[in-house]
Amino acid sequence: MNSRLSFAHAAIALAIAAFLALFLVVPVITVVYVAFTNSDGSLTLSHFFSFFHLTLMREAFYNSLYVGGMSVLISSIIALPLAYFTVRFQFRGAILIQTLGVLPLIMPPFVGAAAMQLLFGRSGSVNLLLNEWFGFSIPFMDGLNGVIFVEALHYFPFILLNLVAALANIDSAMEESAQNLGASGWRLFRRIVFPLAMPGYLAGAALVFLKVFDDVGTPLVLNVTNILAAQAYLRITSIGIDDPIGYVASVIMVIAAVVALWGSTWVMRGRDYATLQRGGSSLARRRLKPWQALWAYGWIVLVLLVVLAPHLGILLLSFSKVWSYSILPDTYTLDNYVTVFRDSSGMMVNTLLYCGIAAGLDVILGIAIAYLILRTKLPARQWLDFIATAAIAIPGVVLGIGYLRTFKDFQLPFTDEPFTAFWLIIAIAYTVRRLPYALRSCMAALQQLHVSLEEAAENLGATKNRTIYRVVVPLMAGGILAGFVTSFLTAAVELSATIMLVTAQSDAPMSYGIYLYMQSIAGRGPGAALGVIAVITVGLGTYFSNRLIRNHAASRDAQLLKTGV
Amino acid sequence: MNRFKLLSSTLLLCLAYAGAWAQQQVVIVTSFPKELTEAYKKAFEAKNPGIRVEILNKPTPAGVAYIREAPASNKPDVFWVSAPDAFEVLSAEKLLAKIESPAKEVPAKIGNYPINDPKGFYLGQALAGYGIMWNTRYTKANKLPDPKEWSDLTKPVYFSHVAMSSPSRSGTTHLTVETILQGEGWTKGWRDMLMIAGNCAAITERSFGVPDGVNNGQYGIGLVIDFFGLAGKASKFPVEFVYPSITAIVPANIGIVAGAKNAENARKFINYTMSPEGQELLFDPQISRLPVLPSAYKKAPPGFPNPYTGTIKPKVNFNSDLSESRYYVVSSIFDHSITFRHKELVAATKAINEAAAKLSGKNHPQAAQLLAEARELAYSPVVSEEKSKDKEFLALYRNTKRDAERTKQTTALEEYWSNTARRNYEKAAELARQAAALVK
Repeated sequence: MNSRLSFAHAAIALAIAAFLALFLVVPVITVVYVAFTNSDGSLTLSHFFSFFHLTLMREAFYNSLYVGGMSVLISSIIALPLAYFTVRFQFRGAILIQTLGVLPLIMPPFVGAAAMQLLFGRSGSVNLLLNEWFGFSIPFMDGLNGVIFVEALHYFPFILLNLVAALANIDSAMEESAQNLGASGWRLFRRIVFPLAMPGYLAGAALVFLKVFDDVGTPLVLNVTNILAAQAYLRITSIGIDDPIGYVASVIMVIAAVVALWGSTWVMRGRDYATLQRGGSSLARRRLKPWQALWAYGWIVLVLLVVLAPHLGILLLSFSKVWSYSILPDTYTLDNYVTVFRDSSGMMVNTLLYCGIAAGLDVILGIAIAYLILRTKLPARQWLDFIATAAIAIPGVVLGIGYLRTFKDFQLPFTDEPFTAFWLIIAIAYTVRRLPYALRSCMAALQQLHVSLEEAAENLGATKNRTIYRVVVPLMAGGILAGFVTSFLTAAVELSATIMLVTAQSDAPMSYGIYLYMQSIAGRGPGAALGVIAVITVGLGTYFSNRLIRNHAASRDAQLLKTGV
Repeated sequence: MNRFKLLSSTLLLCLAYAGAWAQQQVVIVTSFPKELTEAYKKAFEAKNPGIRVEILNKPTPAGVAYIREAPASNKPDVFWVSAPDAFEVLSAEKLLAKIESPAKEVPAKIGNYPINDPKGFYLGQALAGYGIMWNTRYTKANKLPDPKEWSDLTKPVYFSHVAMSSPSRSGTTHLTVETILQGEGWTKGWRDMLMIAGNCAAITERSFGVPDGVNNGQYGIGLVIDFFGLAGKASKFPVEFVYPSITAIVPANIGIVAGAKNAENARKFINYTMSPEGQELLFDPQISRLPVLPSAYKKAPPGFPNPYTGTIKPKVNFNSDLSESRYYVVSSIFDHSITFRHKELVAATKAINEAAAKLSGKNHPQAAQLLAEARELAYSPVVSEEKSKDKEFLALYRNTKRDAERTKQTTALEEYWSNTARRNYEKAAELARQAAALVK
């Protein structure tokens, strides 16, 4: 590596560090410093001791770990078969299944929960039916297990997306050699395929764990308060008390997130998952025996039915007038859609704009950070990863207040508009909050890529930049896409920072619109209609960006072949 | 070509922005539902052409934080929410401007509760009372009698059918809790509250979670503020609403933010909401709030409750100074002994109910004794009445500074409450099971 190059690397690293400092570290510190200080400004760690004296907080901490761990387990059980069967076997409808499998990520705030309650709640359709037929009901949505159920249904696509990308990248020669040596079925999967897909699986599993550990929306909707994120949120948002314990809880969540992340890299330490041959289009897919196919299809259909139930519920709700204590709505109407189109068409444009910017920036930052960490020897480069990922543990309210506080006195150039009133700040908040998703996917993709491919390109005379642009990025395309999709989808339903940062109705995205509707008695129908539109808009947005990137990558591939690079 | 399009559309956007900013506006931070804000926006804009109403809907705590953090050059103009505590916080931080009530005929007090802030920083704009709402399909399917009073909700028949919010999350729930405490006295009040909470299927995080859950049939009965019940009925949900005889009528408030960018328009807007025309908007079935202007009731739809003529009779003489003096204490006790220990409280209530059912009609003094002990343990407040009047104890919670020493003391108290509550509930469940085992 020559010195000019490492200078360029350092400059990029510094630019990323500056971005993270300005939009993540500084704003967050302006809020959470409360955890470390007395009201006269003097430093103290006493609040931390007070925190650990609370049995409630220790209980909350263990509950959070339990919920996080169990959600990873259940998510894996859902995602593994979906990914394995559709990628490594000749499977009809594979693309459809993979696409439908991503939909649960777009769970509009409040509407998703309302639909889940109407289907799986105490008086939901399923329990009403069970009660009618068999005289008992199942508390799907009660307590910690309810949280695990909902979180797993909501976030398993993190694993699915990353696993699909990873499996598609496995050299089928590996599988074939194993088969020639006599391995088959479960053994083949356990010893060969799954280990090779490990980076992707771990990336997804880490995301599920971190997200569930730090999620506040689901537990609160289910009225579960004995977990850490909920405790932090309840204390931060109570009026009138400057309660440091809530901020202490936030700091502890950040530390836990970084430790969990460090743990997942530690598992990967010293192992090499890179293969030379790419899977891609040349991938040989195996055939399933008829009885295997039957099982596989049966399981997949069942899983899809359950995971897509909330969306079905939202759809029903959006066409319903009144739906109360009954298996299906009483009466149907189109009015909800009329209301929504009259009131809030501008919000769709806003959502696509903000989320497009955020997801775009996220993959650029993700590729850059992944490259700096895995391909350069810059000192302290790992910290970029840790800091960026810590964002997942920052409550949206904290980030929102932090932005308002930090950028209070910044004016937009040429106007007397404050920066905090400019819509771009919402897109930046999304970028920061969703960067961990894109980053994990990019890291996993680059881990699977053998460095000798780049060396080969350089030996053939390509410059470093040209190698990155024409070899590394195209070969990472699957992972980058997975990152873009997760960032984009999850940004579209972000609410807590949005509520703090919206300063004009004309700048509001759809998630805010849904929140507005769901605050009023008569708003549930229109809220659900807006939710359906959000799912469709965001789904189409993802599909087209998907195609755009794929086509681009394909034409690049063709070019590569032609030029022989 | 594409680049040209992009450039021109950007320019157009800029112009549109400039145009929007040249126009006069008034920015309102509120937690009220869309039906209400839209009705006022529309009516006010029609009356005052040239002034645009910008509604920023945020949950109350987020609204407070937003006003606090907004840059001085761009402060919003009007703050409009129910919870009086939010206004108290803002006015203590000097974030509200003084305001004179434009409606002189509004009486100074409703019951014992001042309608307008005595210090002159905010005004009551509408009135609301707390009550009980239930889903008629749910109660029919589960064969539940219609509730009328708070004390009805302590009965075993309602076990796991009720829902309420927590006073730390909702200013109106805090008022209900305080109303019950003042109406029944500290010990009896907490006893009722603990029994109601023991019957609850959930203590919801948002106050809106209760009416929402009753509307869709998740919960049978909810403790809600009147307009949620009335508006639910108006929206054709199968729900009913009743005011119990112990209730307090309290104002929902409106005020001007200190340093508001459009203070003149803010005043215009507030005057409009207090005018006869503005007050009559509250009668819209989707809104269903009680006007503060007594004369507005002349145009009320038939059957609409009127707090000034005695359709709702608040029995409690609500003492707002007492309420204020123990505000955070009551919220904190509620959370640490009820919200965060709800699972254990429900288990105790279940055991007690089952034992009581087994014992009923039988003469078994020993079992009855055990059951009485179980009830005593489960339904006694973790803070005694005596302690609740202790000035030093109250002062600890009134001091809102975050000093190491203060945090240490309050967390020690929370720890004590939380553990005592859990121990009591577990012990109560145990005793109740023993009582039940004695009766064969």
